[in-house]
Amino acid sequence: MKKLEKLIIAGAEFHSRLFVGTGKFPSPQVMAEAIEASGSEMVTVALRRVDVNNPEDSTLSALDFSKYRLLPNTSGARNADEAVRLAKLSRAACNTNWIKLEVTPDPNYLLPDGVETLKAAVTLLGLGFIVLPYINADPILAKRLEEAGCATVMPLASPIGSNRGLMTRDQIAIIIEQSRVPVVVDAGLGMPSHAAEAIEMGADAVLVNTAIAIAGKPIAMAEAFKLAIEAAEKVRLADPAGATVFARPSSPLTGFLR
Amino acid sequence: MSDFFSILTSLDTEQIRRQIEECRVCDVERVLLKGFVDDDELPILFSPAAGLMLEEMARRSAALTLRRFGRVIQLYAPLYLSNECANRCRYCGFAGDLDIPRMTLTPKRAISEGDILHRQGFRHILLVSGESPRHVSMDYLLEVVRGLSGKFASISIELYPMEKEEYQRLAEAGVDGIALYQETYNQVRYLEVHPPGPKRDFRRRLAAIEKGGEASFRSLGVGALLGLTNWRLDAFILALHSRYLMRRFWQSRIAASFPRIREAAGHYAPDYPISDADFVQMICAMRLILPDAELVMSTRESAALRDNLIGLGITRMSAGSRTNPGGYGASPESGGQFEVEDSRTPAEVARAIASKGFEPVFKDFDRAFIR
Repeated sequence: MKKLEKLIIAGAEFHSRLFVGTGKFPSPQVMAEAIEASGSEMVTVALRRVDVNNPEDSTLSALDFSKYRLLPNTSGARNADEAVRLAKLSRAACNTNWIKLEVTPDPNYLLPDGVETLKAAVTLLGLGFIVLPYINADPILAKRLEEAGCATVMPLASPIGSNRGLMTRDQIAIIIEQSRVPVVVDAGLGMPSHAAEAIEMGADAVLVNTAIAIAGKPIAMAEAFKLAIEAAEKVRLADPAGATVFARPSSPLTGFLR
Repeated sequence: MSDFFSILTSLDTEQIRRQIEECRVCDVERVLLKGFVDDDELPILFSPAAGLMLEEMARRSAALTLRRFGRVIQLYAPLYLSNECANRCRYCGFAGDLDIPRMTLTPKRAISEGDILHRQGFRHILLVSGESPRHVSMDYLLEVVRGLSGKFASISIELYPMEKEEYQRLAEAGVDGIALYQETYNQVRYLEVHPPGPKRDFRRRLAAIEKGGEASFRSLGVGALLGLTNWRLDAFILALHSRYLMRRFWQSRIAASFPRIREAAGHYAPDYPISDADFVQMICAMRLILPDAELVMSTRESAALRDNLIGLGITRMSAGSRTNPGGYGASPESGGQFEVEDSRTPAEVARAIASKGFEPVFKDFDRAFIR
């Protein structure tokens, strides 16, 4: 099992391995309370949803950004050019050079375009951004983005919003094994057990939005994710026994030889 | 890829009508259990048998909508530019043969109408006009769009059929979405309600939304005007049309709309009225067939019905609408397109949405996507 190390992204340390999104909540107040309950220290916000010129924007004004690092995202961008434009707008308006890069040309499954994501990442890194790219669980693309200088890679567990859990488990395992930057499992984690499984597998963090936002009780669900992730961290520290295909009887068959 | 007209003309509508009528409850149960609805199963969800399973359909529709869109309702407002019209559609308050006060807003007045909507909180607007390129010309539209684009995150158009190059010019000026409703997919009925005039050309109208797709509009809006013919068959074809567009223009979002005919200046009563229960069945069926499409509802429907449909499948609503040019400003002298049933202010609609546990969303797009 991969050793649990401090989570440091681009020099910033995070004590919580749960990152959260701000979409789909019933109200800005519930969103703010759920995020508080999640213990998260990084919150991603879709730039298309916020009115950056309006200081009273309901999403931005509901959150206390002295407690959370704001991670603007380029959700809705269909190609590299759009993502880069949005990132520049974000840097000017939100006073941060961190950007969660999302390039999703198809509005239905919102699957990321690897070619355009790499292209946008290279441009943004050249402009001094700290880039956290959302990708399909593609180990080669993950290495290419790491080599380009991205701060993390963020492979999807299953299509965004689907709550289906770690459908890309085997590919994510390869990414975790090979990656030299933090791996944040993003999209599709529908239950706290899915998040725990990702952390147990060796992921450095997870990002959850829909599963919390559309739960009947978002605040309680946020806390459930927090606890599940903390449990998984303890698992990593506990050096678990591991699984085997053979039975291991407590009275071995060869015990008589001793 | 063939156009939708050739798909439409290859359909055996009589056989589909029979399939809809003869469908059994067990057929509906099978589709609902399976989850995904195949193209050849679409008629099942519009059947009378499916109407018997409305509660089950509604529960699934609500769950799908919640997962995909969350607890939010997007709000927009129509901005009527002109009620001049060369058509005489029998159901429309703008019909050219009706004696109503006609008006085309000057670009300046259109922009000041936009200012009012902006102050009300809207960031998504829909520019609407009758079919009169003489009054609503390309140069006029470009001037209006350029004047509004600084204030609005998203500008869509619901005008008259144009060519791809014209749509491209509008897209460059700042338009990101188009709505163009076929009204009915029944070509015989279409001719009956559209007397001679440019709109009588069924095929030209049907082709225009595809030209909008080729011009890369982000949002492609289709719709059927309910009440003109048998809703079950028309709604089935609307669903098929939506899926066709979704597959062909895979980078655009599809928005489907299904206004029910209301009394307009022409006092046209629907020949095939659709009950609330049938209407809800249709909305749920559309959601089950098109999990990712925006389902749009205007202020033609009553406040009570609109409130009850929050969370059930609808994702985008207009609010505080005036359907006559200049209607947001002071006492205009112009006729409206249809009677508004939900006359609440945008703030009242937003409060009603919030009281249902949903967030009213005024901005869900950004100009940075297109410029």
